[in-house]
Amino acid sequence: MSSHTQKHQDHGDEHVGKPPESAGCCGGMFKEAKKDPTRRDFILLIGSGLNVVAGMLMGIPVLGFLMSSWKRRSPHKWLSVGALSKFPESTTRLASYTNPGAQKWDGPLAQIPCWVRRLEGEKFQVFAINCTHLGCPVRYFEESKLFMCPCHGGVFYQDGRHAAGPPPRGLYEYEYKVENGELLVDAGQIPTLSQPV
Amino acid sequence: MANLKDTAVKAVQGVALWLEERLHITKMWNATAGHAIPKSAASWFYVFGSGTLLCFIIQIVTGICLALVYQPTGADSYQSLEHLTYVTPLGWYLRALHYWGSNFMVAIMFLHMVQVFMFGAFKYPRELNWISGVILMLLTLGMAFSGQVVRWDADAYWGLGIGVAIMGRIPIIGPEVVHWFLGGPIIAGETLSRFFTLHVFVLPGAILALVALHLRLVLTTGINEYPEPGKKVVKETYLKEYDELVHGEGGMPFAPDGIGKDVAFAGFVIGLIAICAFVFGPKGPEALPDPTLIRTAPRPDWAFMWIFAVASLIPDWSETIVLLVAPMIGILVLIALPFYANTGEKSWKARPVSVLVVAVGVVALCVLTWAGIASPWSPPMEAWKADPTPEKLLVGRTPLERQGALVFQNKQCRNCHALEGSGGFRGPLLDDVAARLTPDQMVRQVIQGGGNMPAYGKNLNPAEVEALVAYMKTLKPANVPAASDMTRPNAPTPGAPAAKPAHTEEEGHKTAGL
Repeated sequence: MSSHTQKHQDHGDEHVGKPPESAGCCGGMFKEAKKDPTRRDFILLIGSGLNVVAGMLMGIPVLGFLMSSWKRRSPHKWLSVGALSKFPESTTRLASYTNPGAQKWDGPLAQIPCWVRRLEGEKFQVFAINCTHLGCPVRYFEESKLFMCPCHGGVFYQDGRHAAGPPPRGLYEYEYKVENGELLVDAGQIPTLSQPV
Repeated sequence: MANLKDTAVKAVQGVALWLEERLHITKMWNATAGHAIPKSAASWFYVFGSGTLLCFIIQIVTGICLALVYQPTGADSYQSLEHLTYVTPLGWYLRALHYWGSNFMVAIMFLHMVQVFMFGAFKYPRELNWISGVILMLLTLGMAFSGQVVRWDADAYWGLGIGVAIMGRIPIIGPEVVHWFLGGPIIAGETLSRFFTLHVFVLPGAILALVALHLRLVLTTGINEYPEPGKKVVKETYLKEYDELVHGEGGMPFAPDGIGKDVAFAGFVIGLIAICAFVFGPKGPEALPDPTLIRTAPRPDWAFMWIFAVASLIPDWSETIVLLVAPMIGILVLIALPFYANTGEKSWKARPVSVLVVAVGVVALCVLTWAGIASPWSPPMEAWKADPTPEKLLVGRTPLERQGALVFQNKQCRNCHALEGSGGFRGPLLDDVAARLTPDQMVRQVIQGGGNMPAYGKNLNPAEVEALVAYMKTLKPANVPAASDMTRPNAPTPGAPAAKPAHTEEEGHKTAGL
């Protein structure tokens, strides 16, 4: 045994892959194990099984926690973008709603902007701020009645239709309703091509 | 005295031996820093790997310092960045070191990759070195992106919006991916926490693990010998030849014999980062990360500028494919490279296609980055009210024409059409529009739009169109004839006296002189 230890030290870890007396690792010990396979094998088997079960007790909740953002969709809620008096007829104004899932540590992030176009009376169009190309904030120009995007030059007409540039479609439009003198929109998630509002 | 010295030496030796017996320091040294390398590998071309690692260590040290103050919440992070920059003693310098460290890390990593590619170091038996390097590159770019997010300003917020818009194009699972990326249905405080976690725990941890593997592979497969044209890699003989090389006349230990240039380069890099940090300071935070402040033109950091440019320059119909599929193909090609070109010539001198690929790739990246920085496709949103109409395009014009110049400004035409180089470059320059379009064509173009221009029909009344076209008719160089329509050579032009010649610069000045 002592000579084996000595040898091990001399040759170093780099050579344990090719011990002279056996094809496997750490020859002597390995042979010893073969003599009494049942008990050690049994403990290894039980131990592995225990690890699988215990690992699932931890692993599944960890995965569930990580994936929980999939479920955290905003419940369909009507969110106020302000009183009707804020939106004169035939104008388009910047407004914002409060993210229904906002926390108090979100600060200014809780306010999500959108464009409100009041045609007449209670006829509105409410557009998401995000350009349909790559999500940059579009800006409205009253004089030419166009929305322009500062990123890649997408342009939209005042009714949200695509006018020019790379965007693949018109502006995203929210559902709205008027209640108690307030304009409410059905919003709460960032619009994308695969899930427009 | 001599006795004392002997005692001291003996004591030191004793301690060293005691440690050696327990830690096997000599063996550890010989197996790591002291491992044998080819003498030819002690080259200035071989310093970029250690340079990248050095930058990463700088990033860890400076990053830990910044994390002592930074607050990863929507409400406080901007203020904590300002506090770091203006209040915390030396906070500005630490932020600058971290920013410049990241710039150098990305740049030197890229040089390392190019060098490894040009020197054929990815070939047998170093395939895993290359693949782990590719993953390290992706992780490093992930660090650069998440770092740009935690520098929480308007660009960070809208940069996330761009990421969302790209991921939102994924079919079927797009929304799930977006919600997972953001930690919810919308960019919120949890999004920032998520990117902070990625930036300080997940990605650096993964980088450390892969660097360990990368270095382990350097030890097991050895440093690539300096390649010579004609010396081909042959699987059957390479390992034996390499072993004979490094353990014979052609080899030496990496430390202390081969490490000199790495040490010198390390000093150079640290010095350069320190100087850049000191001279140029930290980046941002720029505009407030308040989503309702939409007067912003989001731009990514330079490492991603080329993607921003690609998104604008490719045909619209190809965007989803290019943005989603091309990166996957690119990564797969990089991973497949060592298997495709597993043996054969290593030297770039004997691999013209490789040289061409690198040359084209570097030129493309540089041009796209430059294009992204210039971004001529982005309309400058304030041009219509901020850019003065050039004087010489106003003098000598009739009231109607001047009215047209006003229409041109007031209807935001200037945001896309430059006059004398100022304004937008999204549409054609209008300095010479009268030489290209007849008045009829101008009217049609303005009213109907088309060719990537919105139709102004509803937003211009007839009087405005008349004035605008009258003005545009004056926009052409003096020595170029006005555009004419062969079907109506003498057609009266709308809104202007038919016989009046177009204005020229010369005439303009004369009129002004009078």
